Amino acid sequence: MAGAGNPRLAGLNAAYLQKQLDDFAGGTRASAMMQATAKALSEDERQALAAYYSKQPIPPLLAKPSESPPAADGAGAVLATRGRWSQQVPACVQCHGPGGVGVGEHFPPLAGQSATYIEAQLRAWQRGTRHNDPLQLMQHLSAVLSEQDIQAVAEWFAAQPLTAKGATP
Amino acid sequence: MNKMPALLCAVIALYALNGCSGRTTSSVASGSPAPASTLTSGAAANPVAGVQRAFTPPSEAEIPSGPLGDTIREGRDIFVDTPAHASAYVGNTLSCSNCHLDAGRLANSAPLWGAYGMYPQFRKKNGHVNTFGERLQGCFRFSMNGKVPPLDSAEIVALETYSWWMAKGAPVGVKLNGAGYPKQGFKPPQPPDYARGEKVYAANCALCHGADGQGQQVAGRNVFPPLWGPQSFNWGAGMHELDNAAAFIKANMPLSRGGTLTDQDAWDVAMFMNAHERPQDPRYTGNLAETRAKYHDDRNSLYGTEVNGHLLGSPPAKQ
Repeated sequence: MAGAGNPRLAGLNAAYLQKQLDDFAGGTRASAMMQATAKALSEDERQALAAYYSKQPIPPLLAKPSESPPAADGAGAVLATRGRWSQQVPACVQCHGPGGVGVGEHFPPLAGQSATYIEAQLRAWQRGTRHNDPLQLMQHLSAVLSEQDIQAVAEWFAAQPLTAKGATP
Repeated sequence: MNKMPALLCAVIALYALNGCSGRTTSSVASGSPAPASTLTSGAAANPVAGVQRAFTPPSEAEIPSGPLGDTIREGRDIFVDTPAHASAYVGNTLSCSNCHLDAGRLANSAPLWGAYGMYPQFRKKNGHVNTFGERLQGCFRFSMNGKVPPLDSAEIVALETYSWWMAKGAPVGVKLNGAGYPKQGFKPPQPPDYARGEKVYAANCALCHGADGQGQQVAGRNVFPPLWGPQSFNWGAGMHELDNAAAFIKANMPLSRGGTLTDQDAWDVAMFMNAHERPQDPRYTGNLAETRAKYHDDRNSLYGTEVNGHLLGSPPAKQ
């Protein structure tokens, strides 16, 4: 399913998952499929689903490094681990954690996530069809990214193993 | 009345010096083959200060190969992950890059290229002329709440080399645009207020630094640094002074949204942050009032003052 751009849910933070379901229901995150689904669920059901998926084990395949990882000094790696401060863009890992492993309930893991999904979300932030980010952090960041930036950074995170422990810049 | 902060005096003196000298910076760039860094001048940024110098440091990709480059890279490693690469001298979980963003490169975030050429410098903080190496030692003693690495230690040499490389092409002894934190003329419209700061914190800072100010960690390492408490900077660090913290926050926080807080919000939340307890000033004499009088007699320091019924800096927490 990853190729179709459907994200991994297993092991994600429960509060994050519940917020996304609530935001689909409320309309601050757009998706033809998920908005209809989330609206049909009660608040209790959304909470239960979030708790369920958060407890699912992470597929072992995602802990393995990619066999064809993007270049360590490529555009995706630079954006992910250094950022582009000339445009007030911090390194992605400064909030999403070393290697993109995710931090707490507000910064979901990017490591091992579908590249198609990451790309779609960055474009959704740009267009404003997704605007449920705290402090509008992602809407502002994504505004200065080019299509090449988006593809490169999505590819880099998709290739990161979930056990990655990189340096925190 | 409170004394004017020493740094501000020094900065004013430098501005006056620049204004009188009338020097241009064109000679810096000419004659050197394809400089990696750039230097420009223009008066528009601050008409009061006269000629201002902007500087762009070389990119990380331009660090040379070979032994010199290795030491520059070692300095960068220490800078961005200090507990891992300078563990013998670090007493908390912070890294240099927590307050000097983009690995010490970002303007208005006390960049290394803005500091390097300003030393040797007389510092009122310790009453003598400090080399850049001694200034770095101060960071370890106060901001890192740790031990002072010897001047010839691998850690100081690497950090000094990294800073030198980043400042290549910048003039010596000249205050550059974007050096330090932008606190010149940055005053709170109303006196900073704890209760207002608490609200600013909850709305803008707790997301990353946590409601308890202790940051967020992954695998035991900071992603977001603690702002107070035993793992943060101590009472001797520059960031505990309200003017430094307010200027840093205004220019750089929330991360990626610098410049969005009002001046008042920045001062209020700086006060809220620095009205919490943190490790004791290593210069503590055994008497709080005496230590305040000796090292913190300034309205920008809450050390030794009472906020919300708590006397800050007391009891002296031996970590």
